[in-house]
Amino acid sequence: MNSDFLSQALVYLAAAVICVPIAKKVGMSSVLGYLLSGIIIGPFVLGFIGQEGQDIMHVAEFGVVMMLFLIGLELEPAAFWQMRKAIAGFGISQLVGTTLLLLIPFLFLGWSLPMSLAVALALSMSSTAIVLQTLKEKGLSNTMAGQSSFSVLLFQDIAVIPILAILPLLATTAIVPSEAGHHSLLDGLPAWLQTILVFGAVGSIYVVGTYGVVPLLRIVAKTGLREMFTASSLLLVVAVAYLMELVGLSPALGSFVAGVVLANSEFRHELESDIEPFKGLLLGLFFIGVGASINFQLLSESPGQIALLVSLIILTKFLVLLGIGKIFKLKHDQNFLFALGLSQVGEFAFVLLSFSNQLQILDAEWTGKLTAITAISMMTTPLLLLANERFLAPRFGTKEAIDEKEADAIAEHHRVIIAGFGHFGSTIGRLLRANGIEATILDNNSDQVELLRKMGFKVYYGDATRLDLLKSAGAGEATLFIAAIDSPEINKNLVHTLTKHYPGLKILARARNRFDAYELMEMGVTNIYRETLYTAVHLAVDALGQLGFRKYSATRQGQKFIQYDEQGLAKLASSRHDMTEYIMNARQQIEFQEKLLHDDLMQNFSSEDHSWDGTYVRDQLLGANRPDTTQPDTSVKVG
Amino acid sequence: MPNRVLILFAHPLFEKSRVNKELINQVPSQAGITFHDLYEHYPDFNIDVAAEKELLLAHDIIIWNHPFYWYSCPALLKQWIDMVLEVGWAYGPGGNALQGKVVLQILTTGGPQASYQHEGNNRFTMSEFLAPFDQTVRLCKMHYLPPFVIHGTHRLQPSDIRAQATEYAYLLNHLLNEPLDIPQLTTYTYLNDWLKATKPL
Repeated sequence: MNSDFLSQALVYLAAAVICVPIAKKVGMSSVLGYLLSGIIIGPFVLGFIGQEGQDIMHVAEFGVVMMLFLIGLELEPAAFWQMRKAIAGFGISQLVGTTLLLLIPFLFLGWSLPMSLAVALALSMSSTAIVLQTLKEKGLSNTMAGQSSFSVLLFQDIAVIPILAILPLLATTAIVPSEAGHHSLLDGLPAWLQTILVFGAVGSIYVVGTYGVVPLLRIVAKTGLREMFTASSLLLVVAVAYLMELVGLSPALGSFVAGVVLANSEFRHELESDIEPFKGLLLGLFFIGVGASINFQLLSESPGQIALLVSLIILTKFLVLLGIGKIFKLKHDQNFLFALGLSQVGEFAFVLLSFSNQLQILDAEWTGKLTAITAISMMTTPLLLLANERFLAPRFGTKEAIDEKEADAIAEHHRVIIAGFGHFGSTIGRLLRANGIEATILDNNSDQVELLRKMGFKVYYGDATRLDLLKSAGAGEATLFIAAIDSPEINKNLVHTLTKHYPGLKILARARNRFDAYELMEMGVTNIYRETLYTAVHLAVDALGQLGFRKYSATRQGQKFIQYDEQGLAKLASSRHDMTEYIMNARQQIEFQEKLLHDDLMQNFSSEDHSWDGTYVRDQLLGANRPDTTQPDTSVKVG
Repeated sequence: MPNRVLILFAHPLFEKSRVNKELINQVPSQAGITFHDLYEHYPDFNIDVAAEKELLLAHDIIIWNHPFYWYSCPALLKQWIDMVLEVGWAYGPGGNALQGKVVLQILTTGGPQASYQHEGNNRFTMSEFLAPFDQTVRLCKMHYLPPFVIHGTHRLQPSDIRAQATEYAYLLNHLLNEPLDIPQLTTYTYLNDWLKATKPL
């Protein structure tokens, strides 16, 4: 490992670690934080990195590849199909409208049609990273504006693929290989044939993904080694990207298709949470690269032109979105949120612009300027939204409440989450379902998961103690979390994670015995269900019945036993840290319990139920040796 | 000094009730009035006798608020009466814990008021049906007031229900804030009649 690599890593990581939290602190998205750190360490401010900003972007573009893989994974075909109208309606009108409106000024600038079209397409993109994160942070994901934004972004994400395929057709000169040293097998073929091959390659990924990858992942999952699963997830994405590059296609496109193919497999969420951190870091690196490669010299040469273009582009995008919102009957405040939120140029523009540059549709100067414009437009969004919140929204009166009935919701979460769907959890799930309550299920047995999916359950596959999986399952939005994992150790870890990260979440926890229960109590859980208590008491009650005890008296004894036992448990838990006291207390408790039960026995099984106990009532009334005329007629029952 | 009111509410299928839901909506959440939903507290009929006794001691007026099932109360309220009103505590030698408190019933019946007459379908009057409750209260050395009854719930229109709920709210407010003239109250068959006679327009 050479020191050059270490020093570079040091610069990048330090810049990110310092800038991103600061950006978050002042209310900007992490994308902006990365961009800023790129600018700061770049050649125009501190100069830690020079021209290698461009090189690092090539490496970091792999982050975009992973992002597309993840977007593909999230495209559950069924949910996608439900949203088709919204996606098509909002998406097509936004993309077509913005592209056409932007074409006009570009043609006026004297640009060629291919160049204008390529740039207009690139600039019509909005930033998925910025918008979705902002919506989530503000808790607006389920509003009309949130849902509409999601539709637009989803359509754009999908549209990138055909656009990447179409761009070579716009190229007027022969296509040069995207990277020196990479001679793709398609070089020299005519453009139309390349386009056909793009679609052919997509088809082959589908076939291999369905019949090759899923069975392979199943084998890996059975080994139970988490790092092996991570390795295979990465291998999958890298392999697809490499294959695509080998034939000269977009790695992003390939990994997107691979993602879609695997979206329906039981490994969806496991893959998602395995790839997520890598994607985050590489995307961060990508944005740092973008920040570092913003050419401030170009900016300083023509600041007026850049400022004009930024305003023009944002205004155009804003107006198109506002018009669409009107057509689709968004209320004023929702419409402003929607139109301003999506008014920036997105991260896909970086990809499309640099691709256009490689295809020689776009010259280096304009690529530089437009990249800078894209980055600047991203920085305006938080400011615009702030202005909207402060000045615009209050004037347009009532805010629309979060509409629960929104039929096109893709990411709706259930109110109940059940972790662990073995024999214990499944009983809970079935009873809830019989009462019309659908629960989200977390389980790590892939065979089980497959079966449940067939039965129509919403199942997340993976280790429930992992925060990222809990997050994607909606632990932040749920009202009730049922921790029902077979292994008490894992269940306790899960509860620990939950109480730490979701302090407001109501937890119902399964415990094997009283010692598990103590630990759960210490974590602050109050609803604890010991497998060894209720079933055992039930059995004991039946046993008493079999032995000739009256069934109801036995049942009352069972009820009382549970009550005493739980009270004793609570008392013990509070003094558990002092071991000697605990031991003493435990013995005392048992003696106490024995005494209670013994007393019950002495009193004809009804020591507490005095009014039903004829002997007790008679003793009370006659024991005072006083004739009593006011005796209620309880003696009839005792007979 | 204001009275402390305890509502012991018993309805095994409250979520499907029309009238009682409207009534309970009127219960004010303020100090001095305790709404105690028995079926919600003791779904397994496992009544905590000690806690119930404490609750009784902390109040002056006790209301049994329930639908009238088979000319009596729902099973859990009967269980409550059986278990909580213990000998030596509520009645019998030394059983003076509840002495002087006031008990009344707030009831809903499906049948109309006319059917609770000697010549009606139900052949007996409400007072006759409620005799066991009356005597239970008397035996515990408390005062039993005439009931507040909403008859004919099967045929009540939403507007009728709202009107009854207003009466209910007025009654609760009166019980909370006014001293009770028990001899005068017991001259009425229903508290409804007393309300009509005394309520300012």
